[in-house]
Amino acid sequence: MKTRMARRSGVAALAAVTLIGIAACSPPAKTTDSAGTGGVKASTATSAQDLGGMTSLVDAAKKEGTLNVIALPPDWANYGEIIKGFQAKYGLKVNSAQPDASSADEITAAKNLKGQSKAPDVFDLGGTVASANTAMFAPYKVTTFNDIPALLKDANGLGVSDYGGYMSIGYDSGKVPAPKTVADLLKPAYKGKVALNGDPTQAGAAFSGVVMAALSQGGTADDISKGVAFFASLKSAGNFLPVDPTPATVESGQTPVVFDWDYLNVAQGKKLTGKMSWKTVIPTGAVVGGYYVQAINKDAPHPAAARLWEEYLYSDEGQNLWLKGGARPVREKAMVAAGTIDKAAYAALPKAVGTPVFLTKEQNNKANAYLTANWAKAIG
Amino acid sequence: MKLRAARRRKQTIFRRVVVGLISLFFALPLLGMVEFTTRAPGGGRTLDTWATLFDLGAMDQDYPELKAGILASAGLTVLTVAIMLVMLVPTMTWVRLRLPGMRRLVEFICLLPLTIPAIVLVVGLAPVYAWVAYLLGESSLWLAFAYVVLVLPYAYRALDAGLSAIDVKTLAEAARSLGAGWPTVMWRIILPNVRTAVLSAAFLSVALVLGEFTIASLFSRDNLQVAINLLSKRDASLAIAAALAALILAFVVLLAMSFVGTGRRSQRPEEN
Amino acid sequence: MAESPTTRASTGRKPVGALLGVVPFFAYTTIFLGIPTLIVVVGAFLDGSGRPTLGNLSALAQPQIVSAFVHSTVLSAVTAVLGAVFGALLAYAVSTAREGGLMRRLVASLCGVLAQFGGVTLAFAFVATVGFQGFLTLWLQKVGIDLAGSTWLFEPTKGLILVYTYFQIPLMLIVFLPAVEGLRPQWREAAESLGGSTWNYWRHVAGPILAPSFIGAILLLFTNAFSAYATAKALISQGSPITPLQIGGTLSSEVILGQENIGKAMALGMVAIVAVIMTLYAVLERRTTRWLGR
Repeated sequence: MKTRMARRSGVAALAAVTLIGIAACSPPAKTTDSAGTGGVKASTATSAQDLGGMTSLVDAAKKEGTLNVIALPPDWANYGEIIKGFQAKYGLKVNSAQPDASSADEITAAKNLKGQSKAPDVFDLGGTVASANTAMFAPYKVTTFNDIPALLKDANGLGVSDYGGYMSIGYDSGKVPAPKTVADLLKPAYKGKVALNGDPTQAGAAFSGVVMAALSQGGTADDISKGVAFFASLKSAGNFLPVDPTPATVESGQTPVVFDWDYLNVAQGKKLTGKMSWKTVIPTGAVVGGYYVQAINKDAPHPAAARLWEEYLYSDEGQNLWLKGGARPVREKAMVAAGTIDKAAYAALPKAVGTPVFLTKEQNNKANAYLTANWAKAIG
Repeated sequence: MKLRAARRRKQTIFRRVVVGLISLFFALPLLGMVEFTTRAPGGGRTLDTWATLFDLGAMDQDYPELKAGILASAGLTVLTVAIMLVMLVPTMTWVRLRLPGMRRLVEFICLLPLTIPAIVLVVGLAPVYAWVAYLLGESSLWLAFAYVVLVLPYAYRALDAGLSAIDVKTLAEAARSLGAGWPTVMWRIILPNVRTAVLSAAFLSVALVLGEFTIASLFSRDNLQVAINLLSKRDASLAIAAALAALILAFVVLLAMSFVGTGRRSQRPEEN
Repeated sequence: MAESPTTRASTGRKPVGALLGVVPFFAYTTIFLGIPTLIVVVGAFLDGSGRPTLGNLSALAQPQIVSAFVHSTVLSAVTAVLGAVFGALLAYAVSTAREGGLMRRLVASLCGVLAQFGGVTLAFAFVATVGFQGFLTLWLQKVGIDLAGSTWLFEPTKGLILVYTYFQIPLMLIVFLPAVEGLRPQWREAAESLGGSTWNYWRHVAGPILAPSFIGAILLLFTNAFSAYATAKALISQGSPITPLQIGGTLSSEVILGQENIGKAMALGMVAIVAVIMTLYAVLERRTTRWLGR
């Protein structure tokens, strides 16, 4: 009896190990690569020149016919219009998957779908995730690479900032009084009305929201404890809503005040014109900025289309579309100097009074550690 | 006789009160959705959102992913229910008849998919689906394999309740001693007797497939809920209206399903 | 009578022919359930660079993770019992309706739909009803009852219980109705003709028959609530008070990276808890079936 059971469990264990071994090795990859006139495959091209110029790049991309993007909601920095513009200009089909994905989810999707035709071709990531995953990117320098400030790009083009914005407070001016400072939100007029876009230990936008609160309360980029304390008092005043603010909750009036990037709040306001008056304000003296990073997947199923997409994004047309969405394009200074910037949209950007603060890596890590230890306790 | 009538009256009152109260509880959040989708700017009610939803031509043009999602979900539903029934009903009957010792193991396996949240299960399913994509292609329909696994806990419990209510052993032995082969036993003896349970299992499968979002989304595939989610980024009240419409559609489908197989039942003479 | 196949099987030796009957099931579940589960379990014992470690398991002892497990277990247990009680009542009520009648079909179809209704839409529907600006809240305020005194809807011990019960009750109905319908009216008549009251019927006849299915259904409801993620994520996006939200955090966080294997360890913890509950259930079920000598 015992030996039979022992043999059975031994067989089961061996089977288990074999199965995991089989599952762990991936099926053979299907590679479809287009070689440009430069004799270089699209997946290793580091610039349009490598493929023989823009026309060759466009041809190669058209041959691929599709582009997979991920985590690009249509109302995020005007991506809806950018995708439509790209489709119309080059005749490529853009598959937009997982609009709610976080930056970490984008990387996970690339790993999970590796070798399949649905894997994401390009990423739009927050700074932290981008610096941690450069091994997954393919280096590429767009034609306008030199216009981008050195601090906002990797020298080899592994990950390049694309657009950015400042942290803001969006509010329904019909339901709540305009908050002049962040501390105003503690007043009883805001009871059960204030939401943060995500959990700061998980979402970059929420993290920056806490930093903004910290700066407004006299804290610094090195010490965000005052920000966490602010949200704790917001919670005990009964003003803080833990619900996730979405377009639906904003439109239905469930979340009348939202901490979010300025371009997101501005987009909400535009969408809701006629239904409600959604205004965006960047608190004076508490200006927290953040840029997102564009990168190409090393194992992109459509490498030429991915590179063409980046050329489009960093062209004047693409950058101005981001500007239209309320985001600040990375080539801002160069375009202003060259006069190619969309002046009306530029003037319409929310006013930021004060020196913008961009967290360094060390400040990021310090803040993360503080949040991990204290956030759940503060608002739990 | 008087006792019977009195009890039946009590039962009717009990039934109406219980069903009424619980239905009210169910209806309230649905009313919340209706309230949101019928809001007119500036107060008052409007049916604009619903009119847009049912303007099929315009919807197809503006939101093509919705049609793709509906078609994918319809295919997934049929495939999932079929695989689940073909695999689970014979297995459970067989285990009851011939391998009672395996019952606990089968029960644990059928409860396992529910103990691991879908977001973690996807991490483990990714290599398996890499092979599925390689061997069978990348159609959304092959998600049915994962959906069958997701539906196992619910289907098992429904079928188990039904199989416990009938004496499977006696029925099967009687049929076998009369010369019936195993397929006949399954199809003509066991199946009609567990009709409610099979229907319940199918109900839960249909509802699960139509409501499933996480796995389809994390594998970047098309599906009704994925399409509604994308829709909600562009037009919130249209998305809520679409979600409510999907619920009503599922309700109609289930109602239609409940009429399957009734024909024969109502013709059988009452048991004495 | 020739030796029936069942007596041979019940002595513990499994004839090969009988085993063949369950091969398709085991093959399928091995590929689509066994392998993914093993990958997760193995991942729980690896660190970020793929080397074996027990660090993930020891990380489970952190206070916020333990409290999340406690919250999850309590939430699941409470909603399982609430859903089971009200669902069973509903199932019994529906079973007294005319067989083949419209009410039974309508209720069963409605419950089939609502049992899987969840995620962002359900959370939205509840906030739109009983949230601060919910239509029911505003209406009740006009009548004088103030529901919006606090953020009760967003606390795991209050609002989440209500929202989870919303899909637990229909699930119970769907899963328990076949058992209730198995109660023959003749048994009720027999009990009555022997002089038994309603209470006696339920206590000695219907109760023991329904008990195994009832307890099995509670187990299902418990695990259903235990691993529910999307609804809670939409309703409580701050602080991850329950385990599935914490697991989601480890996998999706773009602020704190490299925690995925702790998430897998948490999933392993969830499996362990359910295994414990299943053992308790097996013990309980054995005792209740002994009443009928099956």
